[in-house]
Amino acid sequence: MMKKRIQKLLRAVVALLAASLAASLMLLGPAQAAEGGIEWDKFPDKRITDMAALQNGAKLFTNYCLNCHAAGFMRYNRLRDIGLTEQQIKDNLIFTGAKVGDTMQIAMSPKDAKEWFGGVPPDLTLIARSRSAAGKGSGADYIYTYLRTYYRDETKATGWNNAAFPNVGMPHVLWELQGQQRAVFVDQKDPNDAAKSVQVLKGFEPITAGTMSTADYNNSVADLVAYLQWMGEPGQKSRVRMGVWVLLFLAVFTVIAWRLNAAYWKDIK
Amino acid sequence: MAEFKEAPAGSSPLTHTTVWLENRFPTAFAGYKQHLSEYYAPKNFNFWYFFGSLNLLVLVIQIVTGIFLTMHYKPDAAKAFESVEYIMRDVPWGWLVRYMHSTGASAFFVCVYLHMFRGLIYGSYQKPRELVWIFGCAIFLCLMAEAFMGYLLPWGQMSYWGAQVIINLFAAIPFVGEDLALLIRGDFVVGDATLNRFFALHVIAVPLVLLGLIVAHLLALHDVGSNNPDGIEIKAKKDPKTGIPLDGIPFHPYYTVHDIVGVAVFLMLFTAVIFFAPEMGGYFLEYNNFIPADPLKTPAHIAPVWYFTPYYSMLRAVTDDLMNVFVGLVGVAGVLAFLRGGFTGIWRWVPLIVAVVGAVLLKYFDAKFWGVVVMGAAVLIMFPLPWLDRSPVRSIRYRPDWIKWLYGAFVLNFFVLGYLGIKPVSDIGTLVSQIGTLFYFGFFLLMPWWSRLGEFKTVPDRITFQAH
Repeated sequence: MMKKRIQKLLRAVVALLAASLAASLMLLGPAQAAEGGIEWDKFPDKRITDMAALQNGAKLFTNYCLNCHAAGFMRYNRLRDIGLTEQQIKDNLIFTGAKVGDTMQIAMSPKDAKEWFGGVPPDLTLIARSRSAAGKGSGADYIYTYLRTYYRDETKATGWNNAAFPNVGMPHVLWELQGQQRAVFVDQKDPNDAAKSVQVLKGFEPITAGTMSTADYNNSVADLVAYLQWMGEPGQKSRVRMGVWVLLFLAVFTVIAWRLNAAYWKDIK
Repeated sequence: MAEFKEAPAGSSPLTHTTVWLENRFPTAFAGYKQHLSEYYAPKNFNFWYFFGSLNLLVLVIQIVTGIFLTMHYKPDAAKAFESVEYIMRDVPWGWLVRYMHSTGASAFFVCVYLHMFRGLIYGSYQKPRELVWIFGCAIFLCLMAEAFMGYLLPWGQMSYWGAQVIINLFAAIPFVGEDLALLIRGDFVVGDATLNRFFALHVIAVPLVLLGLIVAHLLALHDVGSNNPDGIEIKAKKDPKTGIPLDGIPFHPYYTVHDIVGVAVFLMLFTAVIFFAPEMGGYFLEYNNFIPADPLKTPAHIAPVWYFTPYYSMLRAVTDDLMNVFVGLVGVAGVLAFLRGGFTGIWRWVPLIVAVVGAVLLKYFDAKFWGVVVMGAAVLIMFPLPWLDRSPVRSIRYRPDWIKWLYGAFVLNFFVLGYLGIKPVSDIGTLVSQIGTLFYFGFFLLMPWWSRLGEFKTVPDRITFQAH
């Protein structure tokens, strides 16, 4: 009797715990995804192994980003890993007096940056690694979305706002390439309060055309993001390649260890 | 001194060398016999028995990779983050050493948790292995300190703010808290002084204590002998001639070759993480930690690394509501002990008085302080396990069937708490973690009662073993 009852009770406890885990998963999942900004688009991952794309990304990076943002842990000559020679790097990608073995620094002082932009632009070496978010996507997804969702907003000091990073401090640096766009919002019922309504982003409308078509622009941003992703960990491809060999070795080793063990243990009755 | 041996005439140079060494360092030879070639372990070890040797392996990995990391790491608030990136980018094989160390930290906790669970289900802490268990618990505590201090060293945002949050918890301790927190930090905020002392503690102080405890854990184990999945004392049945347990086999070579298989499989999983997913989805290396520490910018959501989250969850579960539940429980316990505790004379009143004092203290001090107490108690409560468990048998195999459900619930609860600990605070999450906290403590504190309940099965004389 006692045994049956205890068993029943414990089964109920296990069921309750399982249910509460499921409930918290469901309730907490979307709550976290809703934090700041729209859902992220998927960055075309294949781009990361495309040398031409990475080189184009490096060009865009040194031309457009590396004026306000430093990449203080990245050495110029590491760009040899994406198929450039030192001479090419010196001739095409270094615009300062930096040596090819130096890290990517900028001339803007933090004090000036604070005055001009309200904050110091973050170092971009690890930006793609640091912006990943569980349940939302990779850091590359985020930046790929972010650089494509700038829109005109006259209420902001810079005249720009961003759908992935609301109230962003940085103006749209690539606007000449993309052109200008405005955001289209629609009113929707607030899911938390039926009496109120919230503005939900529906899409963008072009104001002026850029020098690139939308497809070309998306393509260029993907190249730039591929570069940023690569710069976060330049050795990532060789790491994966090496991992395959390590696992192959260990698989063979496991078989040998298993047979060795069996050979010894056959004596144990 | 042992007698001086003479190698027989015409023996090989190897024999001569061995005899020469044995005459001069007999301790090493005796130790080899005592701990390896003539240490008799039960022959029915199963999957769960791999994790002891794997813990030792991970320890060695952590020490060796740690030594190489200190060759390039700079414990300086201005340089620490940069030096880690230098290791990742410019030091030859630095990335591998760093990933081994960061993955090793998580692997250590995976193996330690599984090792502890093994002890739990097979009653390995029961007489005469109480000290083995207690040394183990102390090792776990040291490991937590080691991991916490090590996590500050990369000096990323999560390193910084995680340390800030946890050290501030100490400030909640009445009377001495503020001074204690100041002593730990060495400054009014986490800063260069904190980083330097954590470095010192992480690379030498705690590892020394850890090594001492591990030696004690192993020596005590080898004195009393290993338990096994049947929970049967193999020393009870010995060969009358040799005095060797009938169900025992020499650790070397049988368990050394056996553990090599475990090592091989473990290394496949371990290297798969290192080479293919070193961040492990943000659980082994948190994404925010790729941003240098900024004392002026608090991250929106601060979460400890996964192995601390069950305890962190219990800390956050302690709100004023839960305090009221605690007061109620203390009251009920006091009244029950008064009425049915079996105390006589003046002693009858003691439980009631203790309960009243307890309730007053619970209400007098802040819930934050009690949260810290709960978090600490969640670890410390494992120490007295050998005396909380009153089961007449050791192994779960011979305990009542419903015990399996109970242990299943305990594990599931630990996962639920761990999961909630990585999430931001929410109403439902707090409620669930409060239930989980009560269940966690109920499991231990009510063990003296439930561990005696139900029908136990007959324990066989000899271990159950099928030849491979």
